[in-house]
Amino acid sequence: MNLTLKIWRQKGPQDKGRMVEYKVTDISEHMSFLEMMDVLNESLVAKDEEPIAFDHDCREGICGMCSLQINGEAHGPDRGITTCQLHMRMFKDGDTIFIEPFRANAFPVIKDLVVDRMAFERIQQAGGYISVNTSGNTQDANSIPISKQNADLSMDAASCIGCGACVASCKNSSAMLFVAAKVSQYALLPQGKIEAKDRVKNMVMQMDLEGFGNCTNTGACEIECPKGISIENIARLNREYLAATI
Amino acid sequence: MSGFLSSSIARKVAMALSALFLIIFLLIHVTVNITSLFSENVFNELSHFMGTNFLVQFLMQPILIFGVVFHFVMGFVLELKNKKSRSVKYVKYNGAANASWMSRNMAISGMAILAFLVLHFIDFWIPEMNHKYIEFLPEDPTRYFAELQHKFTNPLRVGAYVIAFVLLALHLLHGFQSAFQSVGLNKYTKCVKTLGKIYAIAIPSGFIIIAFFHYFNH
Repeated sequence: MNLTLKIWRQKGPQDKGRMVEYKVTDISEHMSFLEMMDVLNESLVAKDEEPIAFDHDCREGICGMCSLQINGEAHGPDRGITTCQLHMRMFKDGDTIFIEPFRANAFPVIKDLVVDRMAFERIQQAGGYISVNTSGNTQDANSIPISKQNADLSMDAASCIGCGACVASCKNSSAMLFVAAKVSQYALLPQGKIEAKDRVKNMVMQMDLEGFGNCTNTGACEIECPKGISIENIARLNREYLAATI
Repeated sequence: MSGFLSSSIARKVAMALSALFLIIFLLIHVTVNITSLFSENVFNELSHFMGTNFLVQFLMQPILIFGVVFHFVMGFVLELKNKKSRSVKYVKYNGAANASWMSRNMAISGMAILAFLVLHFIDFWIPEMNHKYIEFLPEDPTRYFAELQHKFTNPLRVGAYVIAFVLLALHLLHGFQSAFQSVGLNKYTKCVKTLGKIYAIAIPSGFIIIAFFHYFNH
């Protein structure tokens, strides 16, 4: 198929940036979206032009590195996938595709389609962990009874890969789904309860410091999340936060 | 506690609590007004009670006004803050792909409801305050039904009320279940969503029926 691509180009963080139009031809419907981007970049290199910078790593939908706002949707028009899992069969011959970086003030553009998502790392560092005594007498996890329901809910929350699609798709650039998933995965387990109050307070405080917007429960994050993280986790985050602060 | 008050979740909970308070108020308001469809006397009695009871007038009314003002001011503060969190907008943003129109446009429906409230205050509240606390006119417990009916003789006013209540329905369709989600009550999500839809359609419909009833029966 032949496609017209309108892609955000930005030389660096200080550059204003603009949309640039490219044409790609003979694109196979079996290609992944990132393979199509590779083809475009090869053609740009062949013409001695600067290739388009975009994030990617595992290309298996696990690492959370790839991003891209494609035709106005985080990770493109398909559901439950990352951009690397998006296939060109989702598009038609002759289509015009808009490709932009994830937008949020807390995710500044580094170059072209690459954004700095370190804000998520700083939120994690604020409390997204369990302090473990590694002196050698750590209790065997299997000796702590956990209900199947809570174990499943915790595992579901833990499947968040921190890609930032929730922020990118939210009209308010809210990071609530990410923080909710990270808080929930521990709040549901006995091991996480000891530090639960400090965890939720510190992570929410860091989230606010990073400049993310407020959640208005539109549910866009849940729809666009490649791992299907439920907004029920956001209600749990609200409960945990209220319990910790009041 | 100071950290709590400035946090995004606290603001969200405050919005939700004021919304839940207004949801209860709307239920009481429509219940009182709907009696005007069946009995002039009952409507007059209830209106007289609400208009003269000390607790309603000097405790509930100030709380209600505070709740309304707080909900609007906080709503606009949050909307402005949220707009600022994405300085560079998307060239193409397909919001309809993942969220309802109602949830994405609460500020628009909210502003329309605010405009309606101005009209509603001019229609009912200001004349009522003038009657009781400025001109100190003699109280007539039977005046309320006639006043209500008189307001709905103008088709333009009826039209404005109907449009406002349709927007109120759209606002409530998202707002009702959103308020429960914000205070962390998601254990009965399905039930809350169903109840929210019933409430969001039933309450504005009740007000619309009242407006039409008095327009066609005056």
